[in-house]
Amino acid sequence: MDTEEFVIRQISVFSENKPGRLAAMARALQEEQVNILAFSIAEAGEFGVVRALVDQPDKAYKKLSGMGFVVSFTEVIGVKMRDEPGGLYEVARILGEAKINIEYSYAYSGKEMAVLILRVDNTREAIKQIRAHGGEMARIPSGPSPVKGR
Amino acid sequence: MFWNEKMETLQGKDLEALQLKRLKWSLGQAMKVPFYRSRFRDAGIRPADVKSLDDVGKLPFTSKKDLREGYPFGFLAVPREKVIRIHTTSGTTGKPTVVGYTKRDLARWAELIARNMTMVGLREGDVFQNAVNYGLFTGGLGFHSGAELMGLTVVPAGTGNTRRQIEMINDFGVSAIHCTPSYAMHIAEVAEEMGTTMPTLKIGLFGAEPWSESMRAELQRKLDLSAFDSYGLSEMYGPGVAFECPEKDGLHIWHDSYLVEIIDPKTGETLGPEERGEMVITPLVKEAMPLVRYRTGDMTMLREDGCSCGRGQKISRILGRADDMLVIRGINVFPSQIEHVLLGLPEVGDHFMVYVDRMNYLDELTIEVEMKRETFSGELSDLARIQKRVTAALRDVLGIRTAVKLVEPGSLPRFEGKAKRVVDRRGGLF
Repeated sequence: MDTEEFVIRQISVFSENKPGRLAAMARALQEEQVNILAFSIAEAGEFGVVRALVDQPDKAYKKLSGMGFVVSFTEVIGVKMRDEPGGLYEVARILGEAKINIEYSYAYSGKEMAVLILRVDNTREAIKQIRAHGGEMARIPSGPSPVKGR
Repeated sequence: MFWNEKMETLQGKDLEALQLKRLKWSLGQAMKVPFYRSRFRDAGIRPADVKSLDDVGKLPFTSKKDLREGYPFGFLAVPREKVIRIHTTSGTTGKPTVVGYTKRDLARWAELIARNMTMVGLREGDVFQNAVNYGLFTGGLGFHSGAELMGLTVVPAGTGNTRRQIEMINDFGVSAIHCTPSYAMHIAEVAEEMGTTMPTLKIGLFGAEPWSESMRAELQRKLDLSAFDSYGLSEMYGPGVAFECPEKDGLHIWHDSYLVEIIDPKTGETLGPEERGEMVITPLVKEAMPLVRYRTGDMTMLREDGCSCGRGQKISRILGRADDMLVIRGINVFPSQIEHVLLGLPEVGDHFMVYVDRMNYLDELTIEVEMKRETFSGELSDLARIQKRVTAALRDVLGIRTAVKLVEPGSLPRFEGKAKRVVDRRGGLF
C-alpha cells in the first residue's frame, strides 16, 4: 500500500487570541457542513494557530480564506492507538529510534479507537517506520495532497 | 521641464537679493498685524533693522500656539473683505487655526503647485485624480487650482468610495493621482481585491504625512507608478511648499517664496547645512497672512549637494513632525521609522498601529502589524520566528525594545486622509 494514502492534510489557521475567533471558524464550518474530526489550539501569547482535521479540507480552506482567515495546509499523520498501557511508548520509541522528531501531537477519539495525530519532521519516513514495526496508520480521507512533501 | 524656469533656478546673489527685497516687503505686511507689532516691540527690533538675510535670526519666532490664540482672524494683514478664501488646519491638537488667502495669494499658490506638477513630468492634457478631502483641508482645492492652471484634466474625486475611485482611474485614463500615502496603499489593496490593475497610472503625488523609502518602494511596486513626496503646510498656503524632482533625493523648496532656516528645537539656535533640526519658514510672498519665522515642527535639514535638475537647494525628506515624535523611555521615536522597518520586512503586511502605554512607570511601545497570507506556513514556531525578527529589526533602528503583536490581515484600520497610527494611552499621569 502507498505511503501517500496515510498523509493527512491538517488545516492550520492563524488566529489572534481574542474572544469569538474560534466560534467564528466553527460556525463557518458548520454552515458548510464540514465535520471537524479533531482539533487543537497552540498559542504564543497574543496569537496562535488553530489546527483541525476535517472531512472536507478543500471546502474548509475555501470558506475560511474567503472570510479573511489566514489558512494553510500542513501534513500530519494519524496512528491508531491500542487502549492499553504502553501504547504511546510504542509509537514514540519507533520514531525515536528512526531519528524522527515529533514537533507536536494531539489526539482524537474515533468511532473505533483513539488516534494520535503527529506532526513530524519527516512525514513519509515516519509512516514507513511505523508500518514496518507493526503499527497501524489511520486513514482520513482528505484528498490529494497539494503541499510539498517532507 | 520648468513651469517658471527663472524663479525655479534662481540661485546665489540673484536669489539672495530677491529674498531680501521680498523679506522686507513681508515684514512690512506683518507690521499690519497687531500681534507682530507688539511682538517686535517686545523684542526691541524694527523691520528696518533687517539689512541682510542673516538678520532674520534676530527676529522673534511665531509658534502654532500663537496662531491658535489669534483665532479666527488675528493674523490677517489685510481687511477681512480682501480675503477670498479661508482654510483651516487639521486641528488634530486643540483649536484649529485659520488661514486666509487674497486673490494674489491663491494665484501664487496655484503657481507653486504647477511648478511641482511640471517638475514631476505632468503636462497639459494629462488626467489627474485628486483623491484628498476637498473641504477646509488645503490639499483638495490647492492641488485642484494648480492642476487647472496647468491645463490638466482634473478629476476632483475627494476621498472615500475606493472602488469607484479605481473605476474612475481606469474609465478616465487617469495618469496621476494625489492622495496620502496611506490612502494610496488602501487603493492598491482594494484594486487587488477587485482583481484589477490601473495601467494608465504613471505618477503618484503623496503627501500630508511623513512616509518612508520602504513605503515608496511598496507603493511603486503595488501601483506600478513613480511616487513623489509632496510637502506643505496650511500656514504656508498648503501643499506645494517643497516637492521632489525626478532625482527623488530630497525636496526642492521654493526659495523665492519661502525663507528657510533650520534650528535646534530646544535652544532655537540656527543650524548649518546637513544638520538635522526643526524647519523654520518665513514666507516671502504671502499677502493675507504674512508670518515671521514660523516654527513648522517638521524635522529636516538643508542639503549641501546640488541637483542635476538645476533647481535650488533641497531639504531632506521630513522624518516627522516634532509633534509626532514619541519619547519612549527617553528615546526619540518617529512613527515613520517604524513604518520604514515594517515595510522593509517581507514577512509582514503594510498596515500597523502603534500603542504607547505606561506600565509601572515605564513607557511601553506595542506595535500591531498584520500577518501576510503568503508567509503563513501553518506553524506556530514560524510565527514566533517572524515576531522575533520584527522585534529585532525594530530594536536595531529605534534602539528600544517593543512588544510586537501579529494580527490578522485586514483587521487594522485603513485611512483615507491623514493616517492616525499612533495611540498614546499614557494620558497625563506623571
